[in-house]
Amino acid sequence: MKIEAILAKFGRERLNLIPILHEIQAQSGYVSPEAMQAVAVHLGLSDSEVYGVVTFYTAYKLKPAGRHSLKVCRGTACHVKGSEKIIGEIEKQLGISDGGTTGDGEYSFETVACLGSCALGPVVVRDGRVYGRVTPAQVKDILRGDE
Amino acid sequence: MNLEALRRSAEQEWQALNHPSRPQILIGQATCGEAAGAGAVRRSVLDTLARLGIAADVHSTGCLGTCYCEPLVDIIKPGAPRISYHSMTPEKVSSLLEDYLVKDNPCPDLALGVWGEARGGIPALLDHSMLKSQVRIALRNAGVIVPDNLLHYLARGGYKGLERALSMSPDAVIAEIEKSGLRGRGGAGFPTGAKWKLCRKSRSVPKYVICNADEGDPGAFMDRDLLESDPHAVLEGILVGAFAIGASHGVIYIRAEYPLAIRRLESAIADLHRHNLLGDNILGSGFDFNLSIVMGAGVFVCGEGTALTASIMGRRGMPRTRPPFSSEAGLWGKPTSINNVETWACVSAVMLNGAEWFASYGTEKSRGTKTFSLAGKVRRTGLIEVPMGMSLEQIIFGIGGGIPYDKKFKAVQTGGPAGGCIPAEKLHLPVDYEALKKAGSFMGSGGMIVLDEDNCIVETARYFLSFIVDESCGKCVPCRLGTRQLLDTLTCITRGSGTAADIDKVLGLGRSIIASSLCGLGQGAPQPCLTTIDYFRDEYDEHICDHICRAGECRALVAYAILKDRCGGCGICRRSCPSDAISGERGRAHVIDVDKCSKCGNCLEVCSVKFSAVARVPAGKG
Repeated sequence: MKIEAILAKFGRERLNLIPILHEIQAQSGYVSPEAMQAVAVHLGLSDSEVYGVVTFYTAYKLKPAGRHSLKVCRGTACHVKGSEKIIGEIEKQLGISDGGTTGDGEYSFETVACLGSCALGPVVVRDGRVYGRVTPAQVKDILRGDE
Repeated sequence: MNLEALRRSAEQEWQALNHPSRPQILIGQATCGEAAGAGAVRRSVLDTLARLGIAADVHSTGCLGTCYCEPLVDIIKPGAPRISYHSMTPEKVSSLLEDYLVKDNPCPDLALGVWGEARGGIPALLDHSMLKSQVRIALRNAGVIVPDNLLHYLARGGYKGLERALSMSPDAVIAEIEKSGLRGRGGAGFPTGAKWKLCRKSRSVPKYVICNADEGDPGAFMDRDLLESDPHAVLEGILVGAFAIGASHGVIYIRAEYPLAIRRLESAIADLHRHNLLGDNILGSGFDFNLSIVMGAGVFVCGEGTALTASIMGRRGMPRTRPPFSSEAGLWGKPTSINNVETWACVSAVMLNGAEWFASYGTEKSRGTKTFSLAGKVRRTGLIEVPMGMSLEQIIFGIGGGIPYDKKFKAVQTGGPAGGCIPAEKLHLPVDYEALKKAGSFMGSGGMIVLDEDNCIVETARYFLSFIVDESCGKCVPCRLGTRQLLDTLTCITRGSGTAADIDKVLGLGRSIIASSLCGLGQGAPQPCLTTIDYFRDEYDEHICDHICRAGECRALVAYAILKDRCGGCGICRRSCPSDAISGERGRAHVIDVDKCSKCGNCLEVCSVKFSAVARVPAGKG
């Protein structure tokens, strides 16, 4: 969806800033400088104000994301159940670290604060699908998107 | 359809579920159920029913809280009570359906319990060790009803509390909440009635209510579960509060990480509009109220009231100095009452059953119940709700079943990153706002993470600080720079390069950060390291002076070695080693090259099955 089509759905009040950015992030996988400028014009804000908000919230990315997203929970319960090992295994398999995207644009990997499935830690989410009680040995299958 | 007619169809719908003419199957599909594989179980249920040619209704319910044995599947067969089955897999559920629905064998070995009295070798569900000492008020419908079905909520007494509130004066509603003794369940424990009173008194209009669903504490999932399992309990509470305060608009601020909870809320809000329980002139009372959902964007500090308000207004979510408090000048500078998800769910229960009933649970200053997410090194993990005043021991060992694999309990962490680690000798403490605070911890929103002997206490404190450093908004210096200093110091200790002066440095800096930070995030940040130094000083000293991590978690302080006389030479460790650090011929003792070893511990894990020949030893000084 083009940026104009997204903006047309929202009014010009500032409270729409975060919902607009959510929509742009969801549609394009990141918020480009051009998108930020268009949002600033739409809401009558300066470019720097929009940039300030985009960079404050971790949900918005400044670079395009990979085709698949991989999130590993670093919440307390997952941490005590060994999420560090899962993170290490993913970094090894993909050759990227937290916040990175693989060179072929296939995967983006990030650690996130608690996903709220603490009873089943460690938890990994691939493209919105939740995997519980993950072991390092399962990482390969999860990367492939297997059950 | 008016509410009375709606209640009649709700009654019929509830009867149809519980005394059905054809089998009813309910699958626990909150996010935790999904993580355990409920989606595949559901597909298997549908396939099996089609294969067997059985006409049945399949529903998605929320979470009963016994997350450790998910996925759960409930079956209600005509003429039989509801039976819950645990740890389902696609294969297990398929054979269960065939056994029970075709051959009339209720498979007691797969059952968690039967709803009602024990029957046919299946114990009563409420006698289950995880459920029997719970009192479920906020979670009254979780895992019981179909969350997307307003009729189910109505059949369980839903919106009667709102009707009662609308028949009273707003001041009388506030008095009722005050009488119940309800305090904020987000953690700080401010009396809810008093907060509303301040808001109501303010002459400025319009007024707002906010439901704080920005549940950010790592290790806490009460709000997610509640919203996914029973959104109307929360919405009804919000309506009651808005009426009492005189608010015309409300906002639910919810984490974007909770997509299912957001979907359930959206569907519930649409249902309310359809039946005149939201919008103009609600139930003909003259009370107008609208509610919108605002998604957070992944920032922990936005759970703080003033930061949350800034975020709703499209700004960077940074806290500001108080006063003025939100009850005087909150959203758009107008009086705003911000209450937590669980608080709102308690409000609807208080209005339904009365203040005395609610106040009959709990302790003198902490009335009612509290939900906790029990996680970490405990047998029965899940979401529980207990009367205030229950001891930590009863919760962890009674409800949670103690520590798995015969390991030793080390500490329980409550209150999230602003909380503390409570050691074994304090397990008699009751959960109540004052008692936990006195022990250096904090009620917090309800995260309760159990640590065992394999968890290093210094590493745990370091972990919480790393979280805070990531999440500090940067506005005030003590939090932005002070927590970074604390983290660096603790990191040194876990790497074996700490010095004797470090402990005093941490204590002094920690106290300054508490005294001088702007908001609760900074003020609570040093708490995990201060309480652990207080209760586990010897572990800190071991790290600093002896370079020993007794839990074996601090990699710099441990090494792995193969015990020659035990090694069978099977080679499983060699194949599991990610750094090619293990060598040896088949049938001969293997050795680990310490220079190559990344200390992942894989070898120890795989060998423990057969020979237990791998040992974790202190790395030694330098």
